[in-house]
Amino acid sequence: MNPSQVAETAGSIAREAQALAERARALAAEAAGAAAGTGEMIEPFLFLLSIFLLACFVGYYVVWNVTPALHSPLMGVTNAISSVIIVGALLALGLAEDPLARLFGFIAVLLASVNIFGGFIVTQRMLSMFRKKGK
Amino acid sequence: MSASVTALFYLVASVCFILALRGLSSPETARQGNMLGIAGMAIAVFATLLRPGMGGYHWIILAVAAGGGVGAYIATRIQMTALPQLVAAFHSLVGMAAVFVAAAALYSPQSFGLGLPGTMKSASLIEMSLGLAIGAITFSGSVIAFAKLQGLMSGAPIIFPNQHMLNAVLGAVLVLLVILFVATESRTLFWLIALLSFAIGFLIIIPIGGADMPVVVSMLNSYSGWAACGIGFTVGNLMLIIAGALVAASGAILSYIMCKGMNRSIINVLLGGFGTDSAAGGAAGGAGGDRAVRAGAAEDAGFIMKNASKVIIVPGYGMAVAQAQHAVREMADTLKKEGVEVKYAIHPVAGRMPGHMNVLLAEANVPYDEVFELEEINNDFSTADVAYVIGANDVTNPAAKTDPKSPIYGMPILEVDKAKTVLFVKRSMASGYAGVDNELFFRPNTMMLFGDAKKMTEEIVQSLAH
Repeated sequence: MNPSQVAETAGSIAREAQALAERARALAAEAAGAAAGTGEMIEPFLFLLSIFLLACFVGYYVVWNVTPALHSPLMGVTNAISSVIIVGALLALGLAEDPLARLFGFIAVLLASVNIFGGFIVTQRMLSMFRKKGK
Repeated sequence: MSASVTALFYLVASVCFILALRGLSSPETARQGNMLGIAGMAIAVFATLLRPGMGGYHWIILAVAAGGGVGAYIATRIQMTALPQLVAAFHSLVGMAAVFVAAAALYSPQSFGLGLPGTMKSASLIEMSLGLAIGAITFSGSVIAFAKLQGLMSGAPIIFPNQHMLNAVLGAVLVLLVILFVATESRTLFWLIALLSFAIGFLIIIPIGGADMPVVVSMLNSYSGWAACGIGFTVGNLMLIIAGALVAASGAILSYIMCKGMNRSIINVLLGGFGTDSAAGGAAGGAGGDRAVRAGAAEDAGFIMKNASKVIIVPGYGMAVAQAQHAVREMADTLKKEGVEVKYAIHPVAGRMPGHMNVLLAEANVPYDEVFELEEINNDFSTADVAYVIGANDVTNPAAKTDPKSPIYGMPILEVDKAKTVLFVKRSMASGYAGVDNELFFRPNTMMLFGDAKKMTEEIVQSLAH
């Protein structure tokens, strides 16, 4: 290999290296942009917390509107609604591989089901008794 | 079904739940509201079942059918007087379900997108401990409330020395265990937290007495909501968070209303029952001594009411115990035929759960527009000829207004003393739950009707027929 060839190869390598560096810089910029983008993402917990707080307010105002005569049915229906915890139980029973986790899920589905059916039915029974004069 | 579609269905279900509560603002819309609640629950369950990767449907169907069957059976058979203990029992199930869901999330976090066992984030573990602890406290607390309401254990407050100290120490140990659990993700610690929380739930409910049960039942209602919320945060499920928050808010408001009905702070209720401060109770009670009371028979009461133009019936827990609601309605019907105006007055804390008396009267076919709350009817007593107090005592005691030394001072009362004649149906002269004598018994315009509430009312009905 003669010196001129060496110089030429060295030159082309240098150009390639420069091109590579160029691309690396572009990628870095892109990555930086993306990184900045993830920095803008809201922490999932904050998202859940916002929903939680708003739901608390909705519950507060809606429940103050409940007539005192219907406070027992209110307990019945909220009791049934809190059994929506069955959603978590179903995920455990339906998705888990661990046999113990599935067992826990099964028990939780069982308990929550008692509550869902029992709660809604007893509420319906209570409400069906409330009649106006002459009816 | 993609995650977004599931979330959309959860949103619809949440709106259904909100509308279900909204419906309870009037008896006319309430039934429809309950149907919306059922629809919301069905939507939430089916949206979950259609998630990708779901399996084990035969197990799910088995669990839902068995649990649902039991729930439906109990709910259709239960007597309306036993409602408070039924609700307490149901609360305990929610608490236990929360404990098991938390356990499932610990043993198989990947099912909830929480990483692999041993690598869970601290935040998830903290949320899990919260859901677990609240769920376990709800469970054991509700079991005790159930036992007290069902009469399996005495309704009297159980108090021992250093009780609050013990609770505080256990609370501190609980916090310590949670910290260790978050650091290690140890399954042993998880179950230790569960056991300790069971003990705490047990200990915070035993010192609370029978007549404070409306507060306890509402409070446990609230706890069951918080438990659902805690689990919702753990597994990042919006449905659980929204529904849990609604329930928690509802229970908290009911607790507040009940406490206000007794003019006590929630702390005061939680720290122990009435009558524990024996000095105050004794001073007020001693004055009663052996003063004379005017006792009457059913015929006398029938005669007085027949000649009245306005009668207000004040039911209390005694009516529920004696199952006297049907007899009371029969009496009211007979009086109405005689041209007497009949109304019912209900104190916020009458009975053993919020709204208990309203349900019992509704069960006996009393139209709800004849039933009034404290503020609505209190001015009517001054124009009433007869106040017929059946199974209520403390909520009518004028000492709440006149005697600053009385333990019930400041409690809003039904002003039955303003009526021309007060008829008290009572089994004996025993003081009410607060351990305070009711000076109304000794007034000249009061007539005591000693006997079982149901039997006495039936006898009055018979005497009215003649």
